Amino acid sequence: MRAVKGTVATAQRVLRQLRRDPRTVAMLLVVPVVLVSLMKAVFAGGGAFQRVGVPLLGIFPLISMFLVTAVTMQRERSTGTLERLMSMPIAKLDLLLGYAIAFGVLAAVQATLTSVVAFSLLDLHSDGPAWAVVTFAVGNAVLGTALGLFVSAFARSEFQAVQFMPLFLMPQVFLCGLMAPRSSMPRALEIVSDYLPLTYAYDGLRLVATEGAWSGALARDIALVTAAAVASVALGAATLQRRTG
Amino acid sequence: MNEGPAIDVRELRVVRGGNVVLPGLSLSVPRGSVTGLLGPSGCGKSTLMRAIVGVQRVAGGSVEVLGQAAGSSSVRGQVGYVTQAPSVYEDLTVRENLDYFARLLDAPSERVDEVLSDVGLDEVGNREVSRLSGGQRARVSLATALLNHPQVLVLDEPTVGLDPVLRRSLWELFHRLSSDGATLLVSSHVMDEAARCDQLLLMRDGELLATGAPDELLKRTGTSEIEDAFLALVETHGAHEGTS
Repeated sequence: MRAVKGTVATAQRVLRQLRRDPRTVAMLLVVPVVLVSLMKAVFAGGGAFQRVGVPLLGIFPLISMFLVTAVTMQRERSTGTLERLMSMPIAKLDLLLGYAIAFGVLAAVQATLTSVVAFSLLDLHSDGPAWAVVTFAVGNAVLGTALGLFVSAFARSEFQAVQFMPLFLMPQVFLCGLMAPRSSMPRALEIVSDYLPLTYAYDGLRLVATEGAWSGALARDIALVTAAAVASVALGAATLQRRTG
Repeated sequence: MNEGPAIDVRELRVVRGGNVVLPGLSLSVPRGSVTGLLGPSGCGKSTLMRAIVGVQRVAGGSVEVLGQAAGSSSVRGQVGYVTQAPSVYEDLTVRENLDYFARLLDAPSERVDEVLSDVGLDEVGNREVSRLSGGQRARVSLATALLNHPQVLVLDEPTVGLDPVLRRSLWELFHRLSSDGATLLVSSHVMDEAARCDQLLLMRDGELLATGAPDELLKRTGTSEIEDAFLALVETHGAHEGTS
């Protein structure tokens, strides 16, 4: 009972903090919309936009929640609030789940807004339903939150936390199939990409957009993205040390 | 259960970043007392306190709080901890901070108002912490630790930077809490706060120089100020080390 209370209280506290920072929330919500619009303009609305548009809707939340989580967590460490929490009866997992829920909610709003704009104003097309795209995006956001939590354990400052994005996520964006089909990459890179969670996040979104029907491949992608998110939360809990040097 | 000391530290060894901060410290804090932990900054007071609340990685020895291993899940809910730098959320109001921690600690929501008046912050409850003065922030941090009536309170320099009137009222609060049965361990590097404690632990370079009631320490060293007693103890301690 206390566990659920701790999780809910933490999620509400994080959302309340975000509300106090309307500029960050506005950027989180508006920037993906602007970027998708820019992408349409760059590709002049052609086939390339149709190919990458839907996967991007799902990948934005992953990147932004990764950044927000890594910085927020680093802040908890440097201001001593994490040390206070660790001296209290709250379980580490409840704290992490509170974070995942709060940022998951934010991601749902972000993905919904971006999808509405992309599908209704920018003529982006998806064979599968829009809600499937948004659901995938929320799952990706939870994965991003979990990964951000995990890397924040290795960052000693907010600067370092931010630098983990290009280090940790950009290679995954390059290798996931968005830039070039994975089968056209050197075999070694293709093998590496088999083990990266973003590969399956991208592939799932691509399948939703182009096939629109339930398939074994889609089920596998969803299962693997979920498994990666669960594993990262567990890793995050393991790297969150109650006792520090 | 109520027999042993509130805090029992034995042969505690802590190494931080390759430096031995506590080489093998032993001490105990009696129940229901206000115990002052005094010593110059950098002597290991904060490290000892972190070990007592269970957030410090230790290299050896044992720390027991209320008869249980420090930091174990059963004892965490009975220990209140206030870090040296106020550890509260700056972007939330005072009340929002307290509401959050009250929920984590299973404290009834009425406690929020009670602790606010305990630390004299009733008037700024709805103000964002970032708009408060340093002394006010320190008191928000203190109020948070009082929410669930902890049996043991570990306070790291809680009165630093406060004006004398406030300092006196906080010390009155500490004694009120201890007469209600709580055990308080309060660190300070200001020796003149020593007179307000029931018991003193004098620390230097990670070691315990002396322990006892303030007037007892004065008598033992033949001094009239704790600061002079401290200096006398450092000298005899040094001389002792030289001969051994």
